[in-house]
Amino acid sequence: MNNPCNALPEALRPREGESLVFDAPAAQVDRPTHYCPGCHHGIAHRLVAEVLDELDATDRAVLVASVGCSAFSYDYFAVDALEAQHGRACAVATGVRRANPDSVVFTYQGDGDMAAIGLAESVHAANRGELITAIFINNTVYGMTGGQTAPTTLIGQITTTSPAGRRLRGEGGPLRMTELMAGLDGVAYAERCALDSVRHVRAAKKALRNAFEVQIRGLGFGFVELLSGCPTNWHMTPQAANRRIAEEMIPVFPLGTAKNLLDK
Amino acid sequence: MSDAPERILIKGNEAVAFGAVDAGCRCYFGYPITPQNEIPEAMSRLLPEIGGCYVQAESEVGAASMLLGACASGVPSMTSSSGCGISLMQEALSYMTGSMLPAVLVNMARGGPGLGDIGPSQGDYFQAVKGGGHGDHRNIVLAPATAQECYDFMFRAFALAFTYANPVMVLGDAVVGQIKEPVRRTPPPDALAPERLAELAAPWRVEGRGRRGPGAAPRLVKSVYLAEGTLAARNRQLRDKYEAMRAEARWIAQDTDDADLVVVAYGSIARAVRSAIRALRAQGAAVGLFRPITLYPFPDEGLRALAAARPGRRFLVVEQNLGQMVEDVRLALFGPAGRGAEVLFHGLMPGLLADAQTLEEPVRLALAGKEIRS
Repeated sequence: MNNPCNALPEALRPREGESLVFDAPAAQVDRPTHYCPGCHHGIAHRLVAEVLDELDATDRAVLVASVGCSAFSYDYFAVDALEAQHGRACAVATGVRRANPDSVVFTYQGDGDMAAIGLAESVHAANRGELITAIFINNTVYGMTGGQTAPTTLIGQITTTSPAGRRLRGEGGPLRMTELMAGLDGVAYAERCALDSVRHVRAAKKALRNAFEVQIRGLGFGFVELLSGCPTNWHMTPQAANRRIAEEMIPVFPLGTAKNLLDK
Repeated sequence: MSDAPERILIKGNEAVAFGAVDAGCRCYFGYPITPQNEIPEAMSRLLPEIGGCYVQAESEVGAASMLLGACASGVPSMTSSSGCGISLMQEALSYMTGSMLPAVLVNMARGGPGLGDIGPSQGDYFQAVKGGGHGDHRNIVLAPATAQECYDFMFRAFALAFTYANPVMVLGDAVVGQIKEPVRRTPPPDALAPERLAELAAPWRVEGRGRRGPGAAPRLVKSVYLAEGTLAARNRQLRDKYEAMRAEARWIAQDTDDADLVVVAYGSIARAVRSAIRALRAQGAAVGLFRPITLYPFPDEGLRALAAARPGRRFLVVEQNLGQMVEDVRLALFGPAGRGAEVLFHGLMPGLLADAQTLEEPVRLALAGKEIRS
């Protein structure tokens, strides 16, 4: 597949008798990201780009970006893209998909964007069964603004705006978006995955593929939640962040497919 | 039978829907609010019949955001609402201006502030003309007064939106939207064919890069410009566009040649003023009407020409609010004699139908240079 954004340097091009065995997907822009060391956005981007290529959807894909660390996700996808206001990505994606029914439309949103300010737009787009795929990055904090409490922050978790640790009473409990989405009639696929280990990354790619397939096959709204690390705002090393996902997040946000209409 | 196209008896709101669909609108996103419900109701029937899309959103925030997505796809699309609903759309409106998108919004205004009432009002003038969104935001505003203009102005709205890649608002009120009148369903002369609208969107719309051929570079529609100097460059581009829009100022002047007093009014109020002026002229009073058709760009050149043509001539602004457009009239007519002119104001309260007879007295007082008590 032709990627206008990735020109392999001359020195790296295969010579006679050699063949290229690994490359950036055509849907990805192969460049350094602005994300922090140990952040999982890079892995999530790569998985989405691979899935778009494998489903032959790159040429008709439209990315609706969000507000937060992933506001500039369009810098790393070699697909047509547009900006949405904070939280409105699923509504904007509804407009794109309705206006252009042959396109493959996806949103890429963090937990503040999707589960707080954009909860209404996200839930209603899902409930209408909009043929879009929403990728939801859950790292339990507002990353870009400096680690404030998110709707997904764990009970007891210290953030810059919950200095005593998040309390259930008055601050609420961590919102479980996958379970919420799975309960809606318009949702055709909902799964929660994690990006803390190779095994989980592989499972995440399968889930992403399924969430795009339900869109392409016209079955309904596709949703994947990715438990992701934010070493910077968690004040941890990347390794410790991975351990936190396994030991603290997964028990609260259980992994697995909550809904799948693909085989029905 | 005459060859003239048949006229149909419809409400202003229905005329908006027919006009939009005939102008090429294929996506409508909205949320119910009085007094404009006939627009979404008509669209929910008309659009599916022609392969278009109608979505009742979860809120005006959602509707305007869907509109952003559809506009970015280059498809003629619109929403409609009233005062408090338009307030919720202002976020997307600003983003659409920043992203240079051809959105069309209709505001059939009701009384405010707050929940106000559902009767006619021109209290949203500032919101439409001065507000509308954060940042250096501007949008064209058209002010229909009749059901026929509701129909015709939808063509103009889409033509202007796509020509300038900028949101356009059609500002009516409860009377304009609810009044039932005969309408000719034929495109006005300033209509652009849907194919032309598509051509205008072709250079920037998002569509999937493969549609532009193998190896086409991806496109990005956005309003964020963080790198130093880039927002300045973008806003200079917007400023130049807003300047160019000034050529679109439109107005109608009636009986102004001999007028010692020119009444300035728009929308449904201009109709009541027109009747009052007819009655007063029959009694020998030298009064005329200046009706802005575009509220942004404001037709200040037209007003200045009237002031210059007859020094000493007075102007009376009549609005159904506490005094909003009058500020633009005063700005236009500020200056020494021969350039500026005296500007008086008469305001009508919201929720009431303007009565031509009761407007005669304030016009008579203004003509005599006496104080008017609203």
